[in-house]
Amino acid sequence: MRLGLIFKLFRSAASIQRKRMILTVTAIAWGTISIVLLLSFGEGLKHTLTAGSTGLGEGIAICWPGETQKAFRGFPAGREINVLPEDADLLTQNIPEMEAASGEMQTWGAQLSYGRQNLNKRVVGVHPQWGKLRNQVPESGGRFLNQLDHDLKRRVAFLGWEIKQDLFGDEPAVGKTFTINRVPFTVIGVMKDKIQMGTYGGPDKNNTVIPISTFEALLGRRYVNVMVWKPRTPELMEHTKRRFYEVLGAKYRFDPTDERAIGIWDTVESQRMTANMSVGIEIFLGIIGALTLLIGGVGVANIMYAAITHRTREIGVLMAIGARKSYVMGPLVVESLALTFLGGIIGIGIGGALVQGLAYLQQNAQSEAMEFLGTPTFSLPVAATTVLLLGTIGFIAGYFPSRRAVSIQPAEVLRYE
Amino acid sequence: MSESNGALIEMKGISKVYDTGKLQVEALTGIDLTVREREFVSIVGPSGSGKSTLLNIIGCLDTPTDGSYRLGGEEVAGFGGDRLADVRNRKIGFIFQSFNLLPQITAYDNVELPLLFKGTSARERKRRVEDLFERVGLADRMAHKPTELSGGQMQRVAIARALACDPDLILADEPTGNLDSNSGADILHVFQDLAEAGNTLLVITHDNAIAQRTERMVTLQDGRITGDGPV
Ligand SMILES: Nc1ncnc2c1ncn2[C@@H]1O[C@H](COP(=O)(O)OP(=O)(O)O)[C@@H](O)[C@H]1O
Ligand SMILES: [Mg+2]
Repeated sequence: MRLGLIFKLFRSAASIQRKRMILTVTAIAWGTISIVLLLSFGEGLKHTLTAGSTGLGEGIAICWPGETQKAFRGFPAGREINVLPEDADLLTQNIPEMEAASGEMQTWGAQLSYGRQNLNKRVVGVHPQWGKLRNQVPESGGRFLNQLDHDLKRRVAFLGWEIKQDLFGDEPAVGKTFTINRVPFTVIGVMKDKIQMGTYGGPDKNNTVIPISTFEALLGRRYVNVMVWKPRTPELMEHTKRRFYEVLGAKYRFDPTDERAIGIWDTVESQRMTANMSVGIEIFLGIIGALTLLIGGVGVANIMYAAITHRTREIGVLMAIGARKSYVMGPLVVESLALTFLGGIIGIGIGGALVQGLAYLQQNAQSEAMEFLGTPTFSLPVAATTVLLLGTIGFIAGYFPSRRAVSIQPAEVLRYE
Repeated sequence: MSESNGALIEMKGISKVYDTGKLQVEALTGIDLTVREREFVSIVGPSGSGKSTLLNIIGCLDTPTDGSYRLGGEEVAGFGGDRLADVRNRKIGFIFQSFNLLPQITAYDNVELPLLFKGTSARERKRRVEDLFERVGLADRMAHKPTELSGGQMQRVAIARALACDPDLILADEPTGNLDSNSGADILHVFQDLAEAGNTLLVITHDNAIAQRTERMVTLQDGRITGDGPV
């Protein structure tokens, strides 16, 4: 059908109101820019939150041996529980659902020296598995501790990037020798910068990590401060926790329901909460953007309403010669959609460019607040949401005024001669 | 297409009340009217007597407040939007006093519109539109915009548009009301030709000369039929 003919009828209606049309398209573009920016920042923030909450390690459990709270098999409550580094192997051997486990020994007052630098800092001793569990990614040219380091009690260290900076400044550290409590250690790797929201004892960037076997010998320790482990999937967390208490409860003779004997920080739960929070933030930002866009939508509805009122008589004539409602409404709705998407395309173009520019600035900025804000990302879901909103607004703005116009009896419209 | 008695229009007890808020205007009261195929009817009466209201209801441009209206044997009152649109498109050709051509498009496009709505093929449309312009004697004016035509020419384009889908019923509301006497006479000839060709025509007119040319005259007064008979 040559519906183009009907387009021709109504196109002139819009051009009569050129000024208003420009304003409306601008309003839609403005609304689109704000929704693109808000949603893109929401995406960036979500990435930061997700990366940050998993910076500590993804779906891990962190356990602190404590004191029993329940009497058990003749032992009174209040007994101290001590866990050995070997228990990490015991756990993974007895619990198939446990992917990996590592002991962790900590000291706060170790003396680190390199050249004239002298620092009093924290040192931790861990199993090689700790690297993966606790998300320790080395900068290129370095590596984390391995099994051989452990077996041979090597004096090697993996440094957080801040401690590396404090000790070595800008010069490369891998391969250099420094001392811990006057004992020489070789740097085998430096941790890559990462966003870390949860910590215990301090952020990883300040850590000096050495094999737990070396740590035992160096400082004469026997028991771990912390045990870190991870189930094969997050869904197995509850089950693995129960088995963890059973295995260690059997060995150290405490009630497997006594959760004070060994305290567990389950990060699966807190990561789920973080995920929910970031979805909440995205929805909130989306609603604000949608409201801004709605103002533009009211403008489109207004211009369509005026255009249609201006063309009531033409619409009456079309109806009188047998146009079905949809023949008249179709082109009007399409015109409304065209106006909306014209503004939308301008808005997406400007908004997308702004996002790119801000992302560039953000990546080159040093401020921590900016870092936490994350890199704004104009992703496919953001684009899809924007287009969907624009489509809905354009449709509504065209549909309702035109439906009103075609619902009047033609005689009523054509009466005034 | 109609029932055996040949009645194209059958109205019984038609009334129309306009509710203007404060005031209720009873434009038509208890109209009974039957028009057979091939009749040429004039509707006369003083201004405000309800002639236009009656013709609008007959042409499905308006709905009665009460009563029954059968067009070609079918009760129109129950028709929904799209069916009513199709009746207006295929069964009725309406001619207005003020032409009601669309000013933005050419005369050709104006005449083509009803055929577009009907879904006629492009080739058939072209053939039909050119044929219609030939019939109303405006073959050389097809590409003009309505504003570039004289009143009489505009009304002839409007007639061509009304005839586009070969309607069963041609309705005209004071078709010469806005024309000088020469153009009016032209239009009257067109109507007479249409009547002779076997069309059913209803024409509202103030002009006695026109009414005298029809076969049957219906007189309205205060919304009632006060006279109905052969001329
Ligand atoms: N849409 C309307 N609203 C209110 N009153 C109307 C409307 N249309 C017609 N009328 C009234 O109905 C009566 C008949 O009008 P009309 O059918 O136009 O008469 P005619 O065509 O014979 O001059 C008049 O009193 C007119 O004012
Ligand atoms: Mg009238």
